[in-house]
Amino acid sequence: MRIIDKALQVTEDDWQLLDDDGDLPDDGGVIVSVARWQKEREALSAREGRLGLKIAGDTPLETIAPDLGRFALLALEFPKFVDGRCFSQARLLRGRYGYRGELRAVGDVVRDTIDFMRRCGIDSYALRPDKNAEDALEAFREFSVRYQGAADGAVPIYRQRR
Amino acid sequence: MYRYDHFDQIIVNERVQQFRDQTRRFLAGELSDDEFRPLRLRNGLYIQRYAPMLRVAVPYGLLRSEQVRMFAHIARRYDRNYGHFSTRQNIQYNWPKLEEVPDILEHLASVQMHAIQTSGNCVRNITADHLAGVAADEVEDPRPYCEIMRQWSTFHPEFNWLPRKFKIGVSGAATDRAAVQWHDIGLYLVRNSQGEVGFKVLVGGGMGRMPMVAVVVREFLEKKHLLSYIEAILRIYNLEGRRDNIHRARIKVLVKSLGAEKFREKVEAEWLRTRDGLILRDQEIEWMKSYFQPPAYDRSAADDKTLERHIAADPAFATWIKRNTRPHKVEGYRVAFVSLKAPGVAPGDITAEQLDAVADMADKYNFGEVRSTHDQNLLFSDVHQAHLYALWNELKRHDLATPNIGTLTDMICCPGLDFCSLANASSISIAKQINERFADLDYLYDLGEIQLKMSGCMNACGHHHAGHIGILGVDKDGVEFYQIQLGGSAGNDAAEGDRIGPALAKGEVAAAIAKILEVFVEQREGEELFLDCVRRIGIEPFKARVYAGVESKKVRAYAHN
Repeated sequence: MRIIDKALQVTEDDWQLLDDDGDLPDDGGVIVSVARWQKEREALSAREGRLGLKIAGDTPLETIAPDLGRFALLALEFPKFVDGRCFSQARLLRGRYGYRGELRAVGDVVRDTIDFMRRCGIDSYALRPDKNAEDALEAFREFSVRYQGAADGAVPIYRQRR
Repeated sequence: MYRYDHFDQIIVNERVQQFRDQTRRFLAGELSDDEFRPLRLRNGLYIQRYAPMLRVAVPYGLLRSEQVRMFAHIARRYDRNYGHFSTRQNIQYNWPKLEEVPDILEHLASVQMHAIQTSGNCVRNITADHLAGVAADEVEDPRPYCEIMRQWSTFHPEFNWLPRKFKIGVSGAATDRAAVQWHDIGLYLVRNSQGEVGFKVLVGGGMGRMPMVAVVVREFLEKKHLLSYIEAILRIYNLEGRRDNIHRARIKVLVKSLGAEKFREKVEAEWLRTRDGLILRDQEIEWMKSYFQPPAYDRSAADDKTLERHIAADPAFATWIKRNTRPHKVEGYRVAFVSLKAPGVAPGDITAEQLDAVADMADKYNFGEVRSTHDQNLLFSDVHQAHLYALWNELKRHDLATPNIGTLTDMICCPGLDFCSLANASSISIAKQINERFADLDYLYDLGEIQLKMSGCMNACGHHHAGHIGILGVDKDGVEFYQIQLGGSAGNDAAEGDRIGPALAKGEVAAAIAKILEVFVEQREGEELFLDCVRRIGIEPFKARVYAGVESKKVRAYAHN
């Protein structure tokens, strides 16, 4: 998967998004749906490679909260770039659930939303394949000042002013 | 009023560059129409019927003279010499060129203005009582809180891609002049039994296809929790609001489907878990309040004797004072409206020359400031009574002194089919028809306060649901028809009006209004207000008169409009 990684570098990595009925590879990182995780929990846990979980805007986080420690990566799915539910999911995962693994945006991920994502605690970005990832990196340089705090630890402006 | 420091300036400057680059990518074909649309919308740029429309933010209606002059400059250089004030206290330009919008934004940024979040599915421009800070009935000035919320909600990373637009309205006064209960979040500054000032929080108001008056979710919220409570509401909405149907996506639909009580429980539960992480400290509130201190009033303003003399000597001036000015909390000062409702002019429209004149008057008579109101007028908030006569003369010279504030012809009207690509019917032509029919101001004065609000489609930008008289334009096989509603209100007693019957043909609207007013005059008890009369006698007598003589066949034919 070609992504923008935590260090804001464009790289290839070996995480694979699996279909619910796709074969389970022996090694390498795989990302599965909540349904597959719930159905094949034991087989997935017994496996050598790293495990990731795909979360949608309507995934109830409290149901997967006890398992979060098992996942090196959570893939937040943006079905359309204007669908903002996963911005809240990301903040809850970082804040309320204390998730410290990798949060990856997948789906309709485009230059003009990834800076918002980063501020909500998402730290890698699988851009839509037709988009230029190098070009998208510009998004992180567009704003140098933030009005409000978020998951990125930005100090709200009213506290910077004092 | 608030003034940008270098942080604010950096943000708007960087936004101009960002939008310039988005426009460049669109024109270069790197962004499709579908991709560019949400990006341009959250910067106030629509593609309209004939041309783009740019909506510029006027945060809670406050303007400085240099900003008004910039509006004039933009109208001249980039538009057709005029602008249009909207019901969100913003100004709209109807004829800019897409490729010139980044330049317009750069001009705006040079006077601390922008078009950020004036459209799109995000937190929109926050509106407030246009008499904030000068009304005698105020618990506390809402503007510092509006500015705190403006900054907090600007580019909020979690809430920039909501299911639908999100509007916040605030009032600090006993009388609601800000249509608070018609907002997604409505806030009243109130005093509790311990004498502390905080917020009464309402959620789920909104017009459009499914009009709803907001419901109270919290009777009293301490100020320090303002942002955390709004955050909790927005988070619940962002996660649970519908995204499958644009007409069911506003927060009002979520509130309705969950039920107010269940919605409240969810918000409170979320808020209890997050509130300690987002406390608004007293020093931050005090710092913001320092921007909204009263100007240096002349404490002996009331000693002036000239106002009384001019009123006695000049009946036209006396009429303007009575109709277009309001009392001020400081003796010797008055609030003076600038009527943008002259007959023959589309309500809310203002020319570049008028904008320049308003800026000059603001400098001369109003400490350099002017405000826009949600009913599409401007006002000078702090006029020394000794200056009122000179101000009136200048306003008159620029056709801004029509003494009709609060009367039938001080109507709210959306741009309608003349400009808007969403509209089903023209509204400006109906405004003209009404103005022509009701040109006799003495008759209008006798009728007392009547709020007429008109929209050219169900989206209700002209607030027809909340009009004492509401008019809605509809389209039937390419022909324009108009529905009339009575008994709506945007005030403390907010309510949706009741439709009186089948839609009327375009040429019949003013005549129908005349019949409605006849019934009112016949049925009125003493000085009773129109709205009170409608509520007392119901819509039947009005309906009977409007449709008397209309053949039943015709009524049936129109019935499905």
